[in-house]
Amino acid sequence: MVEDGYNFAYLDEQTKRMIRRAILKAVAIPGYQVPFGSREMPLPFGWGTGGIQVTASIIGPDDTLKVIDQGADDTVNAVSIRKFFARTAGVETTERTEAATIVQTRHRIPETPLGAGQILVYQVPIPEPLRWLEPRETETRKMHALQEYGPMHVRLYEDIAHFGHIATSYDYPVRVNGRYLMRPSPIPKFDNPKMDRSPALQLFGAGREKRIYAIPPHTEVRSLDFDDHPFEVQKWADVCAFCGSGDSFLDEIVTDDRGGRMFVCSDTDYCSRRREAGCTGPAMQAAGPGEA
Amino acid sequence: MQPDAVPPLLSARGVTKFYDGILGCRDVSFEIWPGEVLGVVGESGSGKTTLLHCISARLEPTAGTVEYMTRHDGPADIYRISEPARRLLMRTDWGFVHQNPREGLRMGVSAGANIGERLMAVGARHYGNIRHAATDWLDKVEMDTGRMDDLPITFSGGMQQRLQIARNLVTAPRIVFMDEPTGGLDVSVQARLLDLLRGLVSDLGLAAVIVTHDLAVARLLSHRLLVMRRGEVVESGLTDQVLDDPQHPYSQLLVSSVIHP
Repeated sequence: MVEDGYNFAYLDEQTKRMIRRAILKAVAIPGYQVPFGSREMPLPFGWGTGGIQVTASIIGPDDTLKVIDQGADDTVNAVSIRKFFARTAGVETTERTEAATIVQTRHRIPETPLGAGQILVYQVPIPEPLRWLEPRETETRKMHALQEYGPMHVRLYEDIAHFGHIATSYDYPVRVNGRYLMRPSPIPKFDNPKMDRSPALQLFGAGREKRIYAIPPHTEVRSLDFDDHPFEVQKWADVCAFCGSGDSFLDEIVTDDRGGRMFVCSDTDYCSRRREAGCTGPAMQAAGPGEA
Repeated sequence: MQPDAVPPLLSARGVTKFYDGILGCRDVSFEIWPGEVLGVVGESGSGKTTLLHCISARLEPTAGTVEYMTRHDGPADIYRISEPARRLLMRTDWGFVHQNPREGLRMGVSAGANIGERLMAVGARHYGNIRHAATDWLDKVEMDTGRMDDLPITFSGGMQQRLQIARNLVTAPRIVFMDEPTGGLDVSVQARLLDLLRGLVSDLGLAAVIVTHDLAVARLLSHRLLVMRRGEVVESGLTDQVLDDPQHPYSQLLVSSVIHP
C-alpha cells in the first residue's frame, strides 16, 4: 500500500515526466549523457539519488523491485531503498533476480543473466569518463562530439607501464554502440561483458552530477584495450567458500588476525540459491553437513 | 630565395587582434615555406605571443586570414575549416611548445605516456609500438630512456622542455610553433636545447615559428626574422641581415641592448 501523504513513488508527476523524457533521449542515443533536473531526495547525494529518481520515474504498481548494493540484498543502502519504494509506491520487492522487473544496483550486475523485459538501474557517482583528463565540461562535451577518445588510452598505457597489465579493475571505460565513451559506474570489470548485448534495458542515473544515460537492449558494449593487451576480467584461484561457485565475482573476507581469509560470492542471491540447490563450498564441507 | 613552384606552408595576411579594444597585434603578414624557421623578436608586450596564438589556431584574430597548406586538400583558411579538421591538424600536423613545459605536458602521467598520447589520439592501439616510439623519441631528445616511466614533475626544467618537444614531434608534424622555448633555463641547458632544436629542425625538415626575446636564440635557430613593437612588425628580413644591419630605429635599439660578455 502507498503510505498516505506521498505521491506514487515519491516524486511528483511533472518531475517523473521530465525524467522520463531524459530517459527516452538517453535510450535513443546509447551512451550519451543527458542532463536532467535532478531533485533533492530524502537521502544525501552520493547515496544513490540518481538511481532512485530513475527507478521512481519508471516504476509502476505492477513492478517487482530488487535492490542490491555491492551484490548484496541485505546491506543498509539496499534495505533502505527497497523499503523506500515499498512505502512510497507500494510495490512488491524481491531478492530473486529473475523475479524482479526492475533491479536497482550499486557496484554490481547480478550473476543471474537478466532477460528481456527487465530493467537494470545503476547508481552513478561520476558519469563523465573523460573527467580525469579534462576538467572542463565544455571541452569534454566537445571531445564526445568529435569522438576524440584517444587520450583515454593514456590511462591504460600508464597501467601497463607501471604494473605490466591493465590494472584498472572497476569503472572500466567502455565504448557503447561504437560511438560514445561511457563510464559503467563503479562495477568491477568482471561485469563489463555482461553489459554487452544484454537483452535487458540498462539505465544509469547520476543524481549529484545530474546526468542520465542508457544502454538499450542488445547494444554492443566494448571495453577499451590495446591490441597486444586485450581486455581481461578478474580471475580467482579459490571458489566461493559457501556455494563452491568458481565463476562468480568473489569478495575476500578476512576472518581473523592470523592471516585467515575466505572468498565468498558478492551476489548473495546467487550464492544462497546455489546452496538451496545443494551446492556446497569448502567452508560448508569443513563445518560438516546440516549446518548450512 | 624560394622557387616559385613551391607554395608556402603557412601564410598570414593582415592578422590583427584586439582584446576588447586593446591592441594585441596589427596587420601582420608573412609566409613560411617548408623547412624554414621564422623568428619573432621584440620586447615584452609587443604582441609576439598573440601573433603566435593567432597563427596556430588557438586564438581567432579580429581581422585577417591564416592559410595553411594541408597535405591533401591544398591551402585552407584555418579558421574556416571545420572544427574537427582543425583539431586534427593541431594534434597531427602541428606542434606547440609552451614556454612553461607544465602547460604543454600532462604532469600526472609518465614521460612515456606524454609522448604516446598524441599517437593514441590518432588511433595507435598497440602498446608495444607506442612504447617503442616513446623510447625512440626520448633517445632523440637526449634523455635517459630509463626515466620513461617517471612523472614529469620529477624532471628538471630542461628535461621537461625536451620531453615537451618529443611529445610534439612524435606525430611527425610539418610545422612547430614555439613560445620562448628556452625561457627560464640556465645558459648551459639553453645551449644544449638550442643545439638539439637546431639538429631536429634540420634533420626533420620542420618549419617552425619561434617567438623569443633572446636575440641569440633567434640568430642560432631562425632563417628569417620579424621584429615586433607595439603590436606591429617594424622590420623583417634574413636573420643575419636584420641583426647585423638593422634599419629601423627600434631594431637598432634592440640589437644594441644586447650585452656581449
